[in-house]
Amino acid sequence: MEIYIPVIWALLIGTAVALYVILDGFDLGIGILFPYAKEEKEQDQMINSIAPFWDGNEPWLVLGGGGLWVAFPHAYAVVMPALYLPVIVMLLGLIFRGVAFEFRTVADTSKKYWTFAFAGGSTIAAFCQGLILGGIIQGIKVENGQFAGGTFDFATPFALLCGLGVVTGYALLGACWLVMKTEGPVAERAREHAKPLLLGVLAFMGVVSLWTPLAFPPIRERWFSLPNILFLWPIPVITALTAYLAWRWLEAGREIPPFLAAILLFMLGYVGLAISVFPYLVPFSMTVWDASAVPSSQLFLLIGTLPLLPIILMYTGFVYYIFRGKLREGEGYH
Amino acid sequence: MDLDPVLLARLQFAFTISFHIIFPSFTIGLAAYIATLLGMWLRTGQDRYQLLARFWTKIFAVSFGMGVVSGIVLSYQFGTNWSRFSVVTGNVIGPAIGYEVLTAFFLEATFLGVLLFGWNRVPPWLSALSAAIVAFGTAVSAFWILSANSWMQTPTGHEVRDGIAYPVDWLKIIFNPSFPYRLAHMLTAAYLTTALVVLAVGARYLVAGRHEADGRTMVRMAIGMIAILAPLQLLIGDLHGLNTLKHQPIKIAAMEAHWDGSKPGDFHIFAWPDEKNEVNRFAISIPRGSSLVLTHDANGLFPGLKSVPPSERPPVVPVFFAFRIMVGIGLLMIATGLLGAFLWWRGKLVTTRWYLQIVQYFWPLGFIAVLCGWITTEVGRQPWIAYGILRTADAISPVSAASVLTTLILFVIVYGIVFTMGLYYINRLIVRGPQGRAIEPPGHDTPSRPLAAAHDAAREAIGS
Repeated sequence: MEIYIPVIWALLIGTAVALYVILDGFDLGIGILFPYAKEEKEQDQMINSIAPFWDGNEPWLVLGGGGLWVAFPHAYAVVMPALYLPVIVMLLGLIFRGVAFEFRTVADTSKKYWTFAFAGGSTIAAFCQGLILGGIIQGIKVENGQFAGGTFDFATPFALLCGLGVVTGYALLGACWLVMKTEGPVAERAREHAKPLLLGVLAFMGVVSLWTPLAFPPIRERWFSLPNILFLWPIPVITALTAYLAWRWLEAGREIPPFLAAILLFMLGYVGLAISVFPYLVPFSMTVWDASAVPSSQLFLLIGTLPLLPIILMYTGFVYYIFRGKLREGEGYH
Repeated sequence: MDLDPVLLARLQFAFTISFHIIFPSFTIGLAAYIATLLGMWLRTGQDRYQLLARFWTKIFAVSFGMGVVSGIVLSYQFGTNWSRFSVVTGNVIGPAIGYEVLTAFFLEATFLGVLLFGWNRVPPWLSALSAAIVAFGTAVSAFWILSANSWMQTPTGHEVRDGIAYPVDWLKIIFNPSFPYRLAHMLTAAYLTTALVVLAVGARYLVAGRHEADGRTMVRMAIGMIAILAPLQLLIGDLHGLNTLKHQPIKIAAMEAHWDGSKPGDFHIFAWPDEKNEVNRFAISIPRGSSLVLTHDANGLFPGLKSVPPSERPPVVPVFFAFRIMVGIGLLMIATGLLGAFLWWRGKLVTTRWYLQIVQYFWPLGFIAVLCGWITTEVGRQPWIAYGILRTADAISPVSAASVLTTLILFVIVYGIVFTMGLYYINRLIVRGPQGRAIEPPGHDTPSRPLAAAHDAAREAIGS
């Protein structure tokens, strides 16, 4: 039994991070797309479409980070110092965009600065999340259970690629959200943006899918050895199919399906990365079992998490249901 | 120049956590106040309560947003700056942080969306319920965070093997000895902080002759809270102090600048603790005052700072002064509350101009007291980060001092901008005051509607 608890926790934290990526992904995406709005009114419309939700999206980030600490303190204590700068710069980006939600509505003459802060903060936070992702996948230097590398070890071309990939991906999610939740010029422009963004995301996924097996032998082994490849080949195929359908739906003027397709694309990429690195939490030096807290601690939180998580998902769903449909005239900040 | 990474990491954490605690101190109480106002709206059907609640909800949203983003920072800083701490204590206090997110943060952050934007989408009872859920969430959040912090002060229910703490008894870990006192003290402080802000804003409107009906409501509700909670807080604080004396006597010695434990302690109203020579300079003292408070006996003895070597003592000056400022503000709050209650009893609370003119400037008092209280207890815990288990100096991450310094400077700049502007915008919201008209909830139709609407329109027309 004890050997499974760390795996359950890895799945739970994986789920929290996945939910964070989807939920904050589309609202960070709105920020990334902000500079492309034609006028302030459009920006208001964009931000109002996410205003009721964004606060509720943030706890997933804390659950991901905090959960890592609780369940895998050794991994937390290695990953955070190793990715010190991207983590803190991401937090600073999130601060700027977070306060900009409220500040924009209260400000008069200084509104343009907070518009800038919202766009800049969102983009920087997304880029840093990509750096963190890349920094983890490419591995971290660990000695005696502690981070033993330098400040800028994370800053490789691969991590930069991941950074740009995440920015593009979040922008795609944001654009598809706008297609679903808004009307008029904002929705039309989002539909136009979504197509090149979709191609961009596919390109980044393609490059990462080629780069990781070439650069990291364990990942090559995982994907291309027998019998693994027999089970894993559908993943890239489904990914291509999803992207094709997303394109068709965007062309056909559909409103909800493109967003769902964008989420599915993200999940496929995410599952692909998870397959690449599991069971490592810190590739390729620390597995989920190496990094675990003692069973008692993992179990104590697990007992509460199992009933609480469905409840959280239920009331989160309820709030999305309350604010369902297109953004109504005059809704949002007054 | 050699940079001390421990000092930099401490400065950074002190800065970010001080910034953060300001917002929960305010939002815990404000959420409860908004829920109360909405309860009054449901009960009386008077739209002015909805307007007042929406006015405070806007201020709440600005504060909560700053609290959320500055709180996320903390949950990551344990790892980025204090990775040894996270490994040594993670098994034991990690779950408290996990439960905070699961039972509180999700709840408050999710239902805040309904409270802020749901006015024309949900029935009134659901708006009020959302406010109550947000208020409940903020208090539950305090429960877990204070439990984790209290364990760092008075650890129980664990065992240490190879320098790492392992859980033994979860109930003892969560309900560790200082936790009930710290929780009661902090929650009361939060409600008092909010009450003082509400009082100051209400007084400001009355002095300026604007929003007078709302101003009267605010001043009365706030005085009701302060007159009860401020004296109660003195009692809770006293019990908390006795608990600290039992478990962290050296912290008490630092708070009182009490050097020699073989003599009864004087209460120093003012002094300059000279840590090098282990004496107090320029002391103005009440003889045996500390002994009387702490042991309830003028001849009672309690440990002095000299009972441990200097390496085991916390820095005395900040602890000593922070404690004095907190107590001073607490006494001022009691005076404010009791005087306000007296004026109310004489029917003059909302018309006594000199009183209102003074209390309109009292809004920062609660925040300063909360910050000073935390400085007292956190600096007073030094040199330990987890009392008796891990020293602060041994808790940091293997990151370069230059990185910590760089990010510290970034934090100071970013927080400086955000805080200044946040304060400026909140002030602007207050200057504008409650305004607009009540938002019609869906399917809401009562006979009093036309009259209430006319009343609102009239209010708007005369610009009140």
